[in-house]
Amino acid sequence: MFDPHIIRNQFPILKTKLGNYPLIYFDNGATSQKPQCVVDAIEEYYTKENANIHRGVHYLSQLATEKYETSREIIRKFLGAKHIHEIIFTSGTTCGINLVASSFGKTLKAGDEILITQMEHHSNIVPWQMLAEEKKLILKYIPINAEGELILTNINQVINSKTKLVALTHVSNALGTVNPVDQIIELAHKNGAKVLIDAAQSLQHFQVDVQKMDCDFLVFSGHKIFGPTGVGILYGKEQLLNAMPPYQGGGDMIKTVTLEKTVYNSLPHKFEAGTPNIEGGICLGKAIEWYSSLDLKSIAEYEHELLIYATKKINEIEGVKIYGTAKNKSSILSFLIAGTHPYDVGTLLNQQGIAVRTGHHCTQPIMDFFGIPGTIRASFCFYNTKEEIDFFIDALKRSVKMLK
Amino acid sequence: MSIAEKENTIIEDFSIYQDWMEKYEYIIELGKDLPLIDEKYKVEENVIKGCQSTVWLYAEKANGKIHFTADADAIITKGLIALLVSVLSDEKADDILNAELKFIKEIGLQEHLSPTRSNGLVAMVKQMKLYALALKMKT
Repeated sequence: MFDPHIIRNQFPILKTKLGNYPLIYFDNGATSQKPQCVVDAIEEYYTKENANIHRGVHYLSQLATEKYETSREIIRKFLGAKHIHEIIFTSGTTCGINLVASSFGKTLKAGDEILITQMEHHSNIVPWQMLAEEKKLILKYIPINAEGELILTNINQVINSKTKLVALTHVSNALGTVNPVDQIIELAHKNGAKVLIDAAQSLQHFQVDVQKMDCDFLVFSGHKIFGPTGVGILYGKEQLLNAMPPYQGGGDMIKTVTLEKTVYNSLPHKFEAGTPNIEGGICLGKAIEWYSSLDLKSIAEYEHELLIYATKKINEIEGVKIYGTAKNKSSILSFLIAGTHPYDVGTLLNQQGIAVRTGHHCTQPIMDFFGIPGTIRASFCFYNTKEEIDFFIDALKRSVKMLK
Repeated sequence: MSIAEKENTIIEDFSIYQDWMEKYEYIIELGKDLPLIDEKYKVEENVIKGCQSTVWLYAEKANGKIHFTADADAIITKGLIALLVSVLSDEKADDILNAELKFIKEIGLQEHLSPTRSNGLVAMVKQMKLYALALKMKT
């Protein structure tokens, strides 16, 4: 049985008090908090390890390089990737998607089709729209139903020989829906299409094995998985990454440069131009090492329990409507209360020490589908407790009473 | 009453409230007294840009003074704009432009002050001053 109270002690920020109220952090979908070991690793890096990597003969440069490359190996192992050079450091999910759009996109030609879904985050819509416009591609999407699940009845027609790439989220940040990515990947591959998985909302909740899943690309952000901000990962299959042109030009991504011609470096450096976020990369490794050491199965069960508990409790409040009621759902609770504005509710919850997100969650097409401007989103992590949910429900009732 | 005098009255009004609930209940009440914008002015160009809630603001000049009307879809936001309208409406353009509005900090609404916060008081104040500037020369 998983005990959140023990793990909470490893997160110093959770001891914060806001006035008379203890902080209740239910905005984990936006970013996770960091355990002490990650905070320590950041300090350690700047007090003992800081140097530029892949360049120096000196002690510190070698130390930092070794730590950075060790981190890459930790992440490879965590994702179950075949090769360490399939792990590309980026600045985050958005950067990873833009890298693929820009680089893999160069191999596409007019009339080719890209398939996304109606529930994508803007960062998995806009880069494809930009690419489609530039290269005269056709951008299609898989629609969603009232539960917030993908409608896959026509999927056999939608994915066809023209489809070159399917880019979809593993877990919806606004609705919590866990998508049947295995099924879509299999179908895409049958039609010769590649698949990019946006794992920004999934890896912090359950284990993923990229080889078993057989995705071609997978992207995520460090800060949502207990690591620092400004660092993320692009996983790509070796053969694909080798065939793709570089994304950005600069230092570290070259083998030789003359004023006439440049020979590019091999993977992963080909896609890592310039001095990277060294501290971020090293500390993301620390975060993933820490997270991998936990019992991920019991964590997933516990988070599911929190979701079920919160869903049951919130449904007792009059006028509540939950957005995202998929059968397979992660610990994200998006809702509205009749007669109240999400901004008002969020403001009053904040007065009671509770951090939730209000607004469209960078998923305006979802909001348009439901005909709403936004929702209130509580997103839970395993360091949250049922007591916090009880307090949240009481605070919600108090807020609604003031607003009605 | 001058702008400064109106500000002082608000500071006094707020000083009696002990906790956040009373304060916000008062702000919500204030929203009910807001001189509402005419429906025909509830158009895109009168919206104060932001993504969290929608605020409409309109200004006109009469007898040398600027008169504001507004509305908002969130009631706390409506209370906040009502607070500003109560201080700045029916004043001369120059007085509006020169108003420092120290009361915002005094009554502990700093959380709405962040310039990056959508529909925060800063955006509202800026819009009201822009109206004052635009209407200043108009007779």
